[in-house]
Amino acid sequence: MMWGSFSEFLAMGGYGFYVWLSFGTTALCMVWEVLAVRRRQATALQAGLSEEGANH
Amino acid sequence: MSDSRVTWSKYSSPQALYPLAGTLIPWCAGAAILFMAAGLYLGFFVAPTDFQQGEAYRIIFVHVPAAWMSMLLYVAMALWAGIGLGLKARPSFMMAQAIAPTGAMFTFLALLTGALWGKPTWGAWWVWDARLTSELILLFLYLGVMLLHASIDDLRRADRASALFALVGVVNVPIIYFSVRWWNTLHQGASVSMTAAPKMAATMLLAMLLMTIGFWLYSIAVILARLRCVMLERNRQPRWSQSAAEQDVKEVRA
Repeated sequence: MMWGSFSEFLAMGGYGFYVWLSFGTTALCMVWEVLAVRRRQATALQAGLSEEGANH
Repeated sequence: MSDSRVTWSKYSSPQALYPLAGTLIPWCAGAAILFMAAGLYLGFFVAPTDFQQGEAYRIIFVHVPAAWMSMLLYVAMALWAGIGLGLKARPSFMMAQAIAPTGAMFTFLALLTGALWGKPTWGAWWVWDARLTSELILLFLYLGVMLLHASIDDLRRADRASALFALVGVVNVPIIYFSVRWWNTLHQGASVSMTAAPKMAATMLLAMLLMTIGFWLYSIAVILARLRCVMLERNRQPRWSQSAAEQDVKEVRA
């Protein structure tokens, strides 16, 4: 193991801010994109349902 | 010959594509999580510290895959746009429309993580170097394709106009790729090349490749999911969307 402790791992040899902001933003973007697509799918299905109801 | 044409039209039709995409999404998403977990483990716990850049170099495990995806997805989008224009195939336009937001997101991430790497390594968040500038243009091209599509009410005209825009913009991709060779850039040259041995430790390279495969699988999953949304939004009346989406409708009602 190359990290002596958890705080050493977080510090990233003094570059912690840059490293964790990079990985954090990427993770946030991906999670946000997945949630946004799920919301869009639910909205599209709901719209289909209400139109179906209006037609009959 | 006629057989292959029948198969092609069968799989390119929305009623076949919608459930097919639905089955592929969970497999791609699951594999993406596994590859990214393996890549992160290798990248943070096995790959050694870089003797020049210290720990800051670990940003490449997210920067390089994001940058590769930004270019790859643009080429894929332009390809579908071209097929759509050539064959007048609506599913191809839907595919191009589904790719654009994910491509734009990876371009933004490549620029952001590049800035976060540049500050500690070069001492500057941003420089107007050929590689960085052409990648910024790529972001504007993605946004242009999306805005153009959204600004035209007639769907067929919106599809054709944004497809043409996407096709013209594809010349920017080789410019990004070769910029580090054609111009004297601050951005370093390719660490991985098809012709020469990689200039990095094997574990670093492996971590980068695992992350790239993970991002690639993630992109397939999220783009197919968005493709299903586009299909539903475009086909509210036709019978196929009722039967194809029946399963999902049941889930929503439950």
